[in-house]
Amino acid sequence: MIEVQHLTKRYGRVTAVDDVSFRVEPGEILGFLGPNGAGKTTTMRILTGYMPASEGRATVAGYDVFTHPIEAKRRTGYLPETPPLYPDMTVREYLDFVARIKRVPSAERKSRVDAVMKRTHVDDMAARACGKLSKGYRQRVGLAQAIIHNPEVLILDEPTAGLDPKQIIETRELIRGLAGNHTIVLSTHILPEVSQTCQRVVIINKGRVVAVDTPDNLTARLRGAETLYVQVDAGGADAGTALASVPGVTRVAPADMRPASGAFEVQSERGRDVRRELSREIVTRGWGLLELRPMRMSLEEVFLQVTTEEGPGDAEAPVQEAPRA
Amino acid sequence: MRNIMAIADRELRSYFSSPIAYIIIGFFLLPFGVFFYLYLTSFVRQSLQMAQFGGAMNINQQVIRYVLQNASVIILFIMPMITMRTYAEEKRSGTIELLLTSPVTDVEIILGKFFGALGLYLAMLSVTLPYMGILFYYGNPEWRPLVAAYLGLVLMGGAFVSLGLLVSSTTNNQIVAGIVSFVVFLLLWIVGWFADTAGPTIGPITSWLSITEHFDDFSKGIIDTKHVLYYLSLITFGLFLTAKSVDTERWRG
Repeated sequence: MIEVQHLTKRYGRVTAVDDVSFRVEPGEILGFLGPNGAGKTTTMRILTGYMPASEGRATVAGYDVFTHPIEAKRRTGYLPETPPLYPDMTVREYLDFVARIKRVPSAERKSRVDAVMKRTHVDDMAARACGKLSKGYRQRVGLAQAIIHNPEVLILDEPTAGLDPKQIIETRELIRGLAGNHTIVLSTHILPEVSQTCQRVVIINKGRVVAVDTPDNLTARLRGAETLYVQVDAGGADAGTALASVPGVTRVAPADMRPASGAFEVQSERGRDVRRELSREIVTRGWGLLELRPMRMSLEEVFLQVTTEEGPGDAEAPVQEAPRA
Repeated sequence: MRNIMAIADRELRSYFSSPIAYIIIGFFLLPFGVFFYLYLTSFVRQSLQMAQFGGAMNINQQVIRYVLQNASVIILFIMPMITMRTYAEEKRSGTIELLLTSPVTDVEIILGKFFGALGLYLAMLSVTLPYMGILFYYGNPEWRPLVAAYLGLVLMGGAFVSLGLLVSSTTNNQIVAGIVSFVVFLLLWIVGWFADTAGPTIGPITSWLSITEHFDDFSKGIIDTKHVLYYLSLITFGLFLTAKSVDTERWRG
């Protein structure tokens, strides 16, 4: 549905996107993960026809975004980072205007506007000026304008940025509900978001694709050196040395400023699960095991890992895609 | 065509849903009313004197012409306020991203904005029609020269709008757009002042460039194709460069 081949975008001497290639199958949700300034927004802007690429090509729903921009744009819905709202229009007027320029037939316009307002839960604000909406409502009106012409492809630039937790959950549900009928590309810098909504992830850093995979494979592969959080009721350095003596453990560090708390971060060899051995060691010594859990990986750690794994030498070849289930 | 209408419609609504349209029209009507009053009273006084000697005066040449010539200068001051926000505001607020990613061509966007701004200008001009109505009620001016003069005003306004759009498309700051367009319009006006003092070669060129000079014949009731052509080519030139400017912006990102 979306095909991106060797896309490169240069601003003067700065290369924002460097030889990016990926494809998205119909009905799939693809997550675009990367830190700020990685090139996510630039890639999305090229896909939506907002700006041309310096090199490479991109097709959306079978139409090249550069040679057939109008055809491609008709089939694309786009939510930019800041929802493009006109502050002096009411929500209804605004959506009606968007429906007009997105070529929704005039006979269907009113019912489409009503339908998307209901779907994105903004119908209670229909008569409110866009400029007076809260951040959450702006974001949802932005989403409403992206889906108003029922596009085949949806491109969402950080759809949950700036929302409160309840709104984030609602938005994710909404996006999941849109999948199937729509092919979705969404960008984010929040890792859990990707595992909750996306079927496949493209990790991009400094304009380059560093990994393409399913969230599960990615976390499994990225887990590499396993870190566990362990808390025992026996304090002191004594417990630390005992934990470090367990086979497979490579490093033990206090997880707390107070050594007496008995909390440790335990790192083990790659791919080796030491939970069983750790708990046995603790229990046989007669201590109480208060907590034992794998530490959640932050995006920073994922990045550190992905970038160091590739190394500067073989950064040319992105990680091979795992066969899709 | 549908897209142009949609965009022009939105532009026009946004002028009227904010105070801008009312401020602009009020700002135009105030000096216009003053000029109208001054020229009309002096005309009445003079025509009374003339009547004693059995002469007659022409209201088209003595009132309408001067009032509209002065109006063309007020218009020059007001136009930047109409056009400064067209592109600059959309670029600042990011709504340009909606337009550029919609199935609409650049030319449709530009024409939509052009007609939207022109719509406000026409609304502003239409408010002066009651003044002309007063003249028709109490006197009997000729209507044909009046139509010619208004045609001239519309063409001149179109030229201002098109150049204002161009300036607005180069910046994302309304104030900058407003000031630069004002300076450009001002230069296009005062360049005509050199016509008398400059030599025989430069003189005609400067007077030919002046945007208000070309309105002179219209105000007298003359529709000369060379002036129509001047305004139409200025409009096309401005819109063409705006299209180029939008395209350049797109490539630079």
